[in-house]
Amino acid sequence: MNILLILLPVAIGLGVCGLLACLWAMRTGQFDDLEGAGWRAIADDDLPEPSETETKPLS
Amino acid sequence: MSVEQDFSVFVRHPARGVAAMDLVVEGVHCGGCMTTIEKGLKAHRGVRSARVNLASKRVTVEWDEGAMKPGSIVERLDELGFPAWPFAPEAAGGAEANEERRLLRALGVAAFAMMNIMLLSVSVWSGDLSPATRDMFHWISALIALPAVAIAGRPFFDSALRAIRQGAFNMDVPISLGVLLALVLSVAQTLQHQQEAYFDSAVMLLMFLLAGRVLDQRMRRRTRDVATNLAAMRSETALRILESGDAVETPIAAIKPGDLVLVRPGERITVDGLVETGRSDIDQSLVTGETALGEATPGRAVFAGTMNMTGALRIRVDKAASGTLLDEVNHLLARAVEQRSRWVRLADRAARLYAPVVHVTALATFVGWLLAGLAWQPALVIAITVLIITCPCALGLAVPAVQVVCASAMFKRGVLLNSGEALERLAGVDTIIFDKTGTLTLPRAEIANLAQIDPRDLAHAGALAAASNHPLARVIALASGARAPSDAREAPGQGVEAWFDGDRMRLGSASFCEASEDQRAGAAQWPDASLIYFRHGERVVSFAIRQALRPDAREIVAGLAARGFAIEILSGDRVEAVAAVARELSIATYAAGLKPADKIARLEQLKAKGHRVLMVGDGLNDAPALAAAHVSLSPISASHLAQAHADAVFLGERLAPVAAALALADKARRLMLQNLWLSVAYNAIAVPIAISGHATPLVAALAMSGSSILVTLNALRARHARGFAP
Repeated sequence: MNILLILLPVAIGLGVCGLLACLWAMRTGQFDDLEGAGWRAIADDDLPEPSETETKPLS
Repeated sequence: MSVEQDFSVFVRHPARGVAAMDLVVEGVHCGGCMTTIEKGLKAHRGVRSARVNLASKRVTVEWDEGAMKPGSIVERLDELGFPAWPFAPEAAGGAEANEERRLLRALGVAAFAMMNIMLLSVSVWSGDLSPATRDMFHWISALIALPAVAIAGRPFFDSALRAIRQGAFNMDVPISLGVLLALVLSVAQTLQHQQEAYFDSAVMLLMFLLAGRVLDQRMRRRTRDVATNLAAMRSETALRILESGDAVETPIAAIKPGDLVLVRPGERITVDGLVETGRSDIDQSLVTGETALGEATPGRAVFAGTMNMTGALRIRVDKAASGTLLDEVNHLLARAVEQRSRWVRLADRAARLYAPVVHVTALATFVGWLLAGLAWQPALVIAITVLIITCPCALGLAVPAVQVVCASAMFKRGVLLNSGEALERLAGVDTIIFDKTGTLTLPRAEIANLAQIDPRDLAHAGALAAASNHPLARVIALASGARAPSDAREAPGQGVEAWFDGDRMRLGSASFCEASEDQRAGAAQWPDASLIYFRHGERVVSFAIRQALRPDAREIVAGLAARGFAIEILSGDRVEAVAAVARELSIATYAAGLKPADKIARLEQLKAKGHRVLMVGDGLNDAPALAAAHVSLSPISASHLAQAHADAVFLGERLAPVAAALALADKARRLMLQNLWLSVAYNAIAVPIAISGHATPLVAALAMSGSSILVTLNALRARHARGFAP
């Protein structure tokens, strides 16, 4: 039964992590725009301009 | 005279040296639009950040104070192809958003507690734990459950306390009682080293109920967001005259009583006030429903929503410019709103029936077991399990789940709900009353006798009309597409004149065109139209201009009649005009020339006969009737006051959303009732088990989650309402 002494705190600790993450998400407005977030994930605006991404010859 | 837009009322200052503004943007549909807007704005010098909210169709822009004018943001968005309107986020909106966040936080806590307690409970249910371990598990559960309930149960406890203090009874009373008793019972059982504890049930109940509340709140916020967006998109401004004599286009929000406002001919008046200088004819159809023109002279009161036709007016803004009409409307409104609040929501009616039954059953169980010879403790335990198991978990989800699903289905068909309970009220309707002007007809005009007019006359008249600012002339100009001749001369208040191939052409009033009695007589067949004459040499042509019917009005009205609704028109307009529309739509019952009080009187008469009336109207004069009717709808073009008192607003030029709203509401009500019956069926099975003393915590957990999921799935069926394509 000693294994419980380790497992229980671990399980509850993980749960607390989840709860804190949820509260953080709420405070920072992660749920404000449920439609936009999906599009932002696939937006390419973090890539450098096309001219810079052209393949350069290997030196 | 310089005219520039002044947006300073909408600018916020979130930090020192930073200015921010919120705008409603039209036409944002996907990630592409989002990126275009954000990149396009950030390219502007001085812009610190721009963020699009795709769900609410809004953009928040922050820039360095003084780096640019707020107006240039609107211009920039326009260049990008997205018309935008700034708006001020209301203070009331903040309160609703806070409430939603509070509920969401409570839901998070309840969900966390439920997961962890379930983890422990499942091991307890599996049965082969030593008594010492089981006690430890129960204590850990208690340790999680007690603070979790203290946090997550607050919304229910608060509301239950409020209700009890007022001597009333709502659904939150049995909920609070059930949860608290479950906790007390479980702690007592744990102290006595008993096998069964109900920590998981208490927390699970809270979680499902909170899910229902969050849905309910989200629906409320969404409808309010939409309303705010619509208000912003009206983007009402007025030309405020400064002391220097310059006119500045100022948003209505920044106009104060006492300001002087200029309204040019052909513009809509956006303020209430008294005419200071100027003379004009005004079209009051949006306000009174009357299509004949009224007169504005110095000292007369004018109302927001009317159209200034012929002359420039200077208006002294005065909210208290208590015109007789506005007074009457406000007075009637106060009474009507009071009556409306007597409606009892379906869920509350269920709660009124439900709570006493549950409590009596629990008490009867306790007494029954005592009489059967059981000791008081086990009898009490059984009585409390009855309370726990009957806690209205599925009942709490039954109505909000359907409301949320149906509201978004309606949204897709162009109907925006002002309140969730509107769905319930819409479902019981058997009589539909339409206003005429602006509701059955469109706010824009058309030429009624277009088919009888020679295209060459139309082209000539159109050319003359294009030289005029008069709203009626614009209709002719638009219909012909002609361009103004260079030599056209306008005689103010009479008409336009030009020379063509040596012949004089005139467009304007009958006297201006010297139309004879005979020539005027042809217009008699268009009793509801305003007439404009066109004279070319000896020929005189009359143009009958009237408001166009909504394109699908005929089919929709016929369809509604076929579905068994009684249909009437109540209008403030002249009887000839109303009769013409009624004939065209084959509506047998109509009344014309009604004042707001007359409309209400008719509604009361119908109500007394036991009818449930849907009122569809748009004018200021309809507002009291909208509030007094069982349920009401307004088109998006309606006056502010009308929209505020309508239960729902519909978009676009078509009348189809009205039919769709009725059909969806019927479906919603059916699903709500089904859901309530599902909850009843669940109780019919679970309660006998609990009364007989066989309800273990496992049974309670299965029954609760099972019924809640079933109810939610049933609600989702509303998405597939067939046959009402937009």
